[in-house]
Amino acid sequence: MSWEIVVGIETHAQLATRSKIFSGAATAFGAAPNTQASAVDIALPGVLPVLNGAAVECAIRFGIAVGGTINRRSVFARKNYFYPDLPKGYQISQYELPVVAGGSISLAVGDLQKIVRLTRAHLEEDAGKSLHEDFHGMTGIDLNRAGTPLLEIVSEPELRGAAEAVAYARAMHALVRWIGICDGNMQEGSFRCDANVSVRRAGDAALGTRCEIKNLNSFRFMEQAIAYEARRQIEILEGGGRIEQETRLFDPERNETRSMRSKEEAHDYRYFPDPDLLPLVLNEQDIDRIRSQMPELPEAMRERFMRDYELPKEMAQAITSSRETAEDFEAFWGHLLKLTANCDRIQGAQAANWVMMQIGAALNKSGLTITQVPISPLDRATLVSRIIDGTISHRAAGEVLGAMWSGEGTADAIIERRGLQQISDAGAIEQLVADVLAANPKSVGEFRAGKDKALNALVGQVMKASRGKANPAQVNALLRRKLLG
Amino acid sequence: MLNSTLSELAGALARGSISSVELTRLCLERIARLNGVLNAFITVDAERSLREARAADERRAAGRAGPLTGIPLAHKDIYCTRGMLTTCGSRMLANFVSPYDAHVVERFAAAGTVLLGKTNMDEFAMGSSNETSYFGPAKNPWDTAHVPGGSSGGSAAAVAARLAPAATGTDTGGSIRQPAAFTGVCGLKPTYGVVSRYGMIAFASSLDQGGPMARCAEDLALLMNAMAGHDARDSTSLERATEDYSRELSAPLAGLRIGLPREYFGAGIAPEVLARVREAIAWFEAHGARLVELDLPNSRLAVPVYYVIAPAEASSNLSRFDGVRYGHRARGYADLADMYCRTRAEGFGAEVKRRILIGTYVLSHGYYDAYYLQAQKVRRLIARDFAEAFERCDLIMGPTAPSTAFALGANRDDPVQRYLNDIFTIPAPLAGLPALSIPCGFDAAGLPVGLQLTGKHFAEARLLGAAHRYQQATDWHRRVPAATPL
Amino acid sequence: MPLSPDEIQRLARLARLAVSPEEGEAVRAQLNRVLNLIDEMRAVDTAGVEPMSHAVATAPGAGQRLRADAVTETDRHAEYQAVAPAVERGLYLVPKVIE
Repeated sequence: MSWEIVVGIETHAQLATRSKIFSGAATAFGAAPNTQASAVDIALPGVLPVLNGAAVECAIRFGIAVGGTINRRSVFARKNYFYPDLPKGYQISQYELPVVAGGSISLAVGDLQKIVRLTRAHLEEDAGKSLHEDFHGMTGIDLNRAGTPLLEIVSEPELRGAAEAVAYARAMHALVRWIGICDGNMQEGSFRCDANVSVRRAGDAALGTRCEIKNLNSFRFMEQAIAYEARRQIEILEGGGRIEQETRLFDPERNETRSMRSKEEAHDYRYFPDPDLLPLVLNEQDIDRIRSQMPELPEAMRERFMRDYELPKEMAQAITSSRETAEDFEAFWGHLLKLTANCDRIQGAQAANWVMMQIGAALNKSGLTITQVPISPLDRATLVSRIIDGTISHRAAGEVLGAMWSGEGTADAIIERRGLQQISDAGAIEQLVADVLAANPKSVGEFRAGKDKALNALVGQVMKASRGKANPAQVNALLRRKLLG
Repeated sequence: MLNSTLSELAGALARGSISSVELTRLCLERIARLNGVLNAFITVDAERSLREARAADERRAAGRAGPLTGIPLAHKDIYCTRGMLTTCGSRMLANFVSPYDAHVVERFAAAGTVLLGKTNMDEFAMGSSNETSYFGPAKNPWDTAHVPGGSSGGSAAAVAARLAPAATGTDTGGSIRQPAAFTGVCGLKPTYGVVSRYGMIAFASSLDQGGPMARCAEDLALLMNAMAGHDARDSTSLERATEDYSRELSAPLAGLRIGLPREYFGAGIAPEVLARVREAIAWFEAHGARLVELDLPNSRLAVPVYYVIAPAEASSNLSRFDGVRYGHRARGYADLADMYCRTRAEGFGAEVKRRILIGTYVLSHGYYDAYYLQAQKVRRLIARDFAEAFERCDLIMGPTAPSTAFALGANRDDPVQRYLNDIFTIPAPLAGLPALSIPCGFDAAGLPVGLQLTGKHFAEARLLGAAHRYQQATDWHRRVPAATPL
Repeated sequence: MPLSPDEIQRLARLARLAVSPEEGEAVRAQLNRVLNLIDEMRAVDTAGVEPMSHAVATAPGAGQRLRADAVTETDRHAEYQAVAPAVERGLYLVPKVIE
C-alpha cells in the first residue's frame, strides 16, 4: 500500500521593523527581560493599539512578491485565549479579511520547478516568552517579544513529503530576506514554521486528518519532524487506528513529535473585529509606490542571468540564493565586462564560475558571509580578467586569490610582486622547448613511437623549467609542432 | 460659592475674589463632611489636591492661567491617574496604582485644574445604579435611599451635592446621561471619537466615550473645550480642527427642528417623567422651535443589540485582568488555570461575570453569526434610523430614562428589568451620536427628571446651545439636593 | 434555546471564571433571561445589511491611521512591575506553564 504525505506550512516571519506593531517599544533581540515591554505591550488597563505603517508596508511587499491579491480593505480581529505570555488575553490578528490573499512561490524540487500556492498572509502580533527555568517551581514571563510584528504566511496543502516542505521553507526564507521584510534569523526565532501533516492512500482525493507540528526552528528539524509524523500516522492507519486532529510538538532530542497537552482543550478563539482598530484601507498610490521600490525578484533575476549572461542554470540558481550573493555577483560581473571588453562570454562565465567556487570554499572555511568577503567585486573582476587575458594561469590565480584574501593587495600588485606572469613570449618559450627536447631524448623517442603520454612528461618539464609561468596551451602546441614537424 | 457654576467660579478665580486653594479647601471640607453619606468618592487625596491648587494659583499669578486653571474637579475612577489608585470600582483593581495618566487626565492637568479625587462607579462601568461597585453604592443626594444612577453615579452624586463643581464620566449605554438625569445635573456623551479613550479603562470599546458632567450646559462646553481633541494614541480618535463648544450658546431657537420619536413617548414611561419632558418640549416650542414627529422603528431593538455587543467586547477587554501583571491575584490555587479562574472569580463581581459569560457565549463557535454578527447588522439599522431622522430635524428630544431614580436594591436580582431602564440612552452610543441630559423638573417625590437631547455627529455645540437657552429660562439646574443642603 | 448547566461550565472555563455548581444555577437562570431579551433581535431580517463594528464618524472608506516606525518608548519595567503580584529578576512569575 503506498501513501502520500500531504503538508501545508504556516510560517511566522518577524517583520524587520524598529518598533512593535502596535506600540513604540523597540523590537531588538536580546534585551533584559521586560525592558522592551511598554504599557501597551503589557496591556495595562486603558491602553490602546496604534498600527505601525512599516509593518503594513512589509505585508504589501510580500503580497507583491508572491503575486497575491493585496486586499484594499482588511480587518484586524481579536483571537481570544488565555495564556500568560499573551497579556491582553487576546492576540490581535487578521481573520476573515487578511491583508494578502493568494499568491504563489516557486521552488526547486530536484531538477524541477514546483509552484506552490499560498492561501493567505496576514499581519499579527507576536506573544511574549515563557521561561521555564526554576523560579521556585514558577514560570517567568518576559514580554519583550510581545507585540513584535509578524506576517503569518499560510501555504495550501500542496507539499508532498518532508523534502518538498523543506524546499518550500527554504524558498520562503530566501524570499522574505530577499525583499527585506525579515532578517530570517532562525536561532532568534525570526522565522518559524509550523507544519500541518496528513497522509492519505495514493489516489485518494480527500485529505486525511491533519496534525499541526509546532516548534520547527530549523530546516533539519522540519525534515525530521515531518518524516517522523508521517511514519507515525501511517503506522496508526495501517494498524486500523484513527488520527486525532491535534497540535504536536517536535522534540529534537528524541527526534519525535508528541501531543501538546496544554493545547488539547477545545479551541474556541471567539474571533471578532477589533473595535480598537479601524479597517486597514490601502490606496493605489501607496501600493504603486511600494511596487516601484521592490527589488528585482530572484526568479526574474535568475532568468535574466541565464538569458543575458549565458550563465548555466545551476550557477544562476546559486547566485540568486540570496539577495546579497546576487548583488555581489552583479557588481563583480559589471566590473568584469568593463575590464574584458572583447572577452568571450563562455570563457567569462567559466572564469567567473571558478572565482565563485574559490570564494564559496573560502567562505565555508572561514565562516564568513558574502558581505564580509575581504576582496571587493572590482578586485575579483580584475583577477578574473588576468586569467582571461592570459597574464596568469589558473594555478597562479589560485595563489593570487589566496594572497588577496589575506590582504596583500590588488591582483596586479601581487602578480607583479610574486612574478606570476605567464611567459607568453613565443621566443622565450621556444628556447625552453628546445632545451627540454635536447635533454630528454628518451621521452622524445617514446612519443614518436606512438606513446602520446610521453608528451605530458615533456610539457611538465617545460613548465618546471619556466617555474610554472609558461602558458601551458602554448607549450603544448609548440611541442607538438616540433615533435611532429 | 459652592452653588456657583464652573463659569462663575472661573470668573471669581480670574477676578481674584477667591484663590484655587480656598476653593479647593471648600470642596475638600464638603467632601469630608458628606462623602460618608454619599460614598461618591473612592479616593480623595487632599494633600495632592492642595498641591495642585497652589500650583494653579502660582500659574495665575504668573499670568499663564487658562479658563479652567484652579478649578477643582473629580475624575471617574475609570480614568487612569498616575501615582493614584485607579480601581474602576472593582476588587480586581482595588490595589492598582496607575503608572500613567489617561489622555483626559493629562488634558485637564495641562489646563490647570485641581483633582479632588476619584469617583465611585459601577464595577467596570457595568450597571446603571452604582450598586455593582466593589466599594459600595454611591447615594442619590436628593434621597439617599435611592440610587444616583450609573455607571458614573459617583461623579453625578458629587456634582449634584456640590462636592465638586464638575466631574468626568464615561458613557457606554447611558452611563453619563442616566446618572445626570437621576441626580439633576447635566451630562454630555460626545460623538464617538471626539474624546480620546486612551487611559480610560475599556468596557465596550466601540461604544465607550468620555464626557463631562456639571451643573449647566455652559459648564459642559467649557469642559469639552479641555477634554476633546485628537490623540494619536487612540486609533479611533478623530483628527478634526479644534472646536469651541461654547460657540452656539447664544444661538437662537427660532427655526430649530426638534424631532420627537414616537418610540420615546410610549408605554412604560413614568407619567410624571413624561409630563415634565413634555413641559420642557413645550417651552422650546413656545420659544420658536418646530416640533417634528418621527419614528425610530428599530430603536426597540437597541437594548437587545446592546446586550450582545457590549458584553462581547467586554468579555475580551476584561481578559487582561488575569492576576499576572497587576491587580488582584487569588491566594491559593492548584495550577495556572486554577489561578486564573479563582483570581477572576474573586476579582469580579456578579454583574461583571454575568456580562463576561454572555459576551463569551455570543462570540463562541456556532453562535457568532446568530448573535454577534446579527447584532452588528441591526446596529446598522438603528444608525440608519437616526440618519434618516436627522434629515427631518436638527435634534431629537425625549426622556433620558423612563423613570426617576429608583430605590437602592430595587430589581436587584432581575438584570433584565435593570437593562430595560437604559432603553432611551442606548441608541445614541450604538450610532456614535452625541447626546446630552439636562434636568427639567421633579416628580412628586422630589426626584429630578432628565431631558435628553440627541444630535447628529459633531452636533455637541448645537445641543449645548439649545440646553443653555433652556437653562437661562429655568432654574432646575440651580436647585440644591434636599439631603445635602449647603 | 436555554443554556444547560454544562454550557454554563463550558463558558466559565472559556472565560476563566470559577463558577461553583451552586452559583451556577442562579447564573444560568439570569443568563437565560438575558438571552430571552436578546432573542428579540435575532428574528430581524438583516439580509444585505453591512455589519457595523465601529461607530467612528469618518468619511466613507477611510481606514486605520498608521504610525511612523519609530521607537518612542523607554524602559519603565521597574515602575510597571511595582504593581505586579509576583516578579523576580524582571520577570512576571506565574504558576508553572505545562506545554
